[in-house]
Amino acid sequence: MSPPVPSKILTDDVSLLMVLIDSNPHFWSSIKPHFSFSKFLSHVLAFLNSILLLNQLNQVVVIATGINSCGYVFDSSSGSVSQRAESLLPKLEEFAENDESLSERDDDSGNGVGSSLLSGSLSMALCYIQRVFRSGPLHPQPRIICLHGSPDGPGQYVAIMNSIFSAQRSMVPIDSCVIGIQHSAFLQQASYITGGVYLKPQQLDGLFQYLATVFATDLHSRNFLQLPKPVGVDFRASCFCHKNTIDMGFICSVCLSIFCKHQKKCSTCGMLPNVCRSIFGQAQTRDPSASQQRK
Amino acid sequence: MADKQQQVVVKRARHKSSVKDPGTPGVLKLTKDRFTFMPNDPSSPVKHNVEFRTIKGHKFTKDGTKQALLNLTQDQGGNYIFEFENFPDRNVCKDFVASAIALSGEAGRTVPEKSAVPIQDEQLSAAEMERRIKLLQEDSDLQKLHKQFVIGGILSEAEFWATRKKLLEQNYSRRPKQRVALKNDMWSTKPLADGQSNRVTFNLTPEIILQIFAEKPAVRQAYLNFVPNKMTEKEFWTKYSRAEYLHSTKNVIAAAAEAAEDEELAVFLKQDDMLVNEARKKIRQVDPTLDMEADEGDDYMHLPIQDHGLPRNDNKDVLDSQYEPYRRSFSQHLNQHAAVVLQGRVIDVELGDTRSVAEALARTKHAELAKDASDVYLDKERLERISRMTEIEDLQAPRDPAVAPLSIKDPRDYFDSQQANAFSTLGDTVSGAKQLKCSVSTREAYCSLKECISEIKFQGLTEPTINSEVAFKVLNGLAQNISSNKYHLGRNPNESVLDSLPKITREELLLHWSSIQELLKHFWSSYPITTKYLLTKATKLKDAMSQIYPKLQEIKESVQSDLRHQVSLLVQPMLQSCVFMDQAFCCRP
Repeated sequence: MSPPVPSKILTDDVSLLMVLIDSNPHFWSSIKPHFSFSKFLSHVLAFLNSILLLNQLNQVVVIATGINSCGYVFDSSSGSVSQRAESLLPKLEEFAENDESLSERDDDSGNGVGSSLLSGSLSMALCYIQRVFRSGPLHPQPRIICLHGSPDGPGQYVAIMNSIFSAQRSMVPIDSCVIGIQHSAFLQQASYITGGVYLKPQQLDGLFQYLATVFATDLHSRNFLQLPKPVGVDFRASCFCHKNTIDMGFICSVCLSIFCKHQKKCSTCGMLPNVCRSIFGQAQTRDPSASQQRK
Repeated sequence: MADKQQQVVVKRARHKSSVKDPGTPGVLKLTKDRFTFMPNDPSSPVKHNVEFRTIKGHKFTKDGTKQALLNLTQDQGGNYIFEFENFPDRNVCKDFVASAIALSGEAGRTVPEKSAVPIQDEQLSAAEMERRIKLLQEDSDLQKLHKQFVIGGILSEAEFWATRKKLLEQNYSRRPKQRVALKNDMWSTKPLADGQSNRVTFNLTPEIILQIFAEKPAVRQAYLNFVPNKMTEKEFWTKYSRAEYLHSTKNVIAAAAEAAEDEELAVFLKQDDMLVNEARKKIRQVDPTLDMEADEGDDYMHLPIQDHGLPRNDNKDVLDSQYEPYRRSFSQHLNQHAAVVLQGRVIDVELGDTRSVAEALARTKHAELAKDASDVYLDKERLERISRMTEIEDLQAPRDPAVAPLSIKDPRDYFDSQQANAFSTLGDTVSGAKQLKCSVSTREAYCSLKECISEIKFQGLTEPTINSEVAFKVLNGLAQNISSNKYHLGRNPNESVLDSLPKITREELLLHWSSIQELLKHFWSSYPITTKYLLTKATKLKDAMSQIYPKLQEIKESVQSDLRHQVSLLVQPMLQSCVFMDQAFCCRP
């Protein structure tokens, strides 16, 4: 009698979804009249439960992005039985308390909405994915979805770009659903480079419908579907010296660091290069239209 | 007997019906409007009296070739071939004929044709002409350009082909010959068994013999040993056939019995020792550092079908060990056949003589063996590589870095928090941004956040999660968004505006593009304009270019309105180049 063949055969449509939820309290209180955090959570929880229902082997991991810290608040594969998404609520509360305790006392009103630690949560998501990759040859296909609303912090430019490139290398698409008022240049670039979907919903009280229509599909099925494409991508970068967003700047020819003013010596690699001037991508660049002739 | 500008030319010539024909000797007389040929032998039927009106062209061999031929072609395909005694004679007639044809109303055009008799101003070989014609036939775009420019008189043949030398050469050296490999039908050399008698016939061709010698070295060795000492070739092959027949009956015991009786037959029936030795050698040469990791996919034990789909007969009777050598293994034969096929044809000897074939194969095998044996250096290299691959990293001493360490500043300078930049980010938002004003203190903000969470905890999710009207609106909006994107950016990014044009328009545009490129190339190559020839060339090119300009305008007008903008973007550089060439020509020094 031959021993039984293992029955865990993973089909193409099993996915591991890393959800990065923006828990920036300043942002949520500023947006309170239009859309509350509780409504947002109810849409998101319904979405997460439906992902878990789509396929028995789907996994969902939720990371909360605060202003002082980031943390895992939900992992569907922990525990013997697959858990429902609501079990993230107590953990989220804990996380919010933790985050509060880390913030400094005198950081008070009038500062505007600061940015949340997107780079931190992206890195955590990527680390989790790497661990899954190393667990064996049979694993679900990972992807990251960012539900983000806080404005971009140019100080995180380098870290976010590094995460984006590492996601690109591991072939993990980063989808973005921007619930804030303005577009996010970082997330546009992230989705563009990694091949994910970028969406800024027009109607926030239909958020569940947006999530279910656009972001619920697994990577294999995306080959057959038409998903919304942004018309242009904002490719602006931040300078390394002041962390300002710039259109035109100077680049070190050795390490490719970006500066807003001419520098004699590159502060990253310490060389005295020919620091040359270059023009960055302009806002709203179109995809290069194919106006070439072909034979 | 002829001088220029005269009315009559009389020459001795032979009339041939084809190039190879020896021809009938006679006299050829040419006048302004007709030519006549009278054979020397009055009784010969070859008499011609033809008006030049009916002659459309004339062809001639080059000076210096074997025959001085002149071929006068008619419209319907008839032709008159005359061979002259020497080239000057022929050339005189040729000139006269040319002028006569021109006079009788036809342009004395010489038509390039596929026969072996080429005509051009340049000295072209027949092969070159053929290559050009073949190239033109294969590439219809090139043919269109050729027609437009060369036949239209704007460029000459030489200029046209001057830039395309590479194409011609490429065409020439294409298509390496493919060699035929060994056949697989060793497996199907089933003997033709007569139904009536007890005879079985084998057919052995030299090809099959070569294959047998290549695949079964024992048989080859036996051939070299036995023939012609112990038996004739016929006897040898008879014995071999008998062995094959015994194998095909799969009767191992009978095979053993016969082998015991006949020594030579035994050689064919037993397993091939030479093959075994070769296999052993090959195994020894496999790189032991090859890392092959097995995973679940390699689990052959638990497949539902045993043995890769081949039905394994478990009721194998265990024969006595004395019969083992006579059992044939199908997979072994298959592998050996595959190895031989992959090797290709190693010998070049003619297949007629069996003995020489066998010897040639034996020689190559010996050469290989000798090479392997003497390759001590190869062995040493392998040992070295093995020792390198198997070293355990933990036990190695730290190696000195071969490069100087790169000093990069502390990365924490770049990953630090946004505290310093909280002010600067206010002014840096993306286009059309309304800045969020948060007039709430941090503590209050956190409080409200936690309240929201507990609200959900106690009340649960809202039911329904989403209003149906809102969902409908969302879906509509998404669908519109996607379809409008598709409309603007195209169904796939690779699709260009060219594909959405009707086919004729597209072809025209592409033709104009390539003609403009060609014209520009030749125009700029004729700069600076120093000679008259270059001037006429440049003028012709400029005129051709100015003819294209209105055609492009027409195309632009004729296109559908929604594509017009994109088409005009396409056509823009072409129009500009027309204009610039005009200007450049007019402003020349």
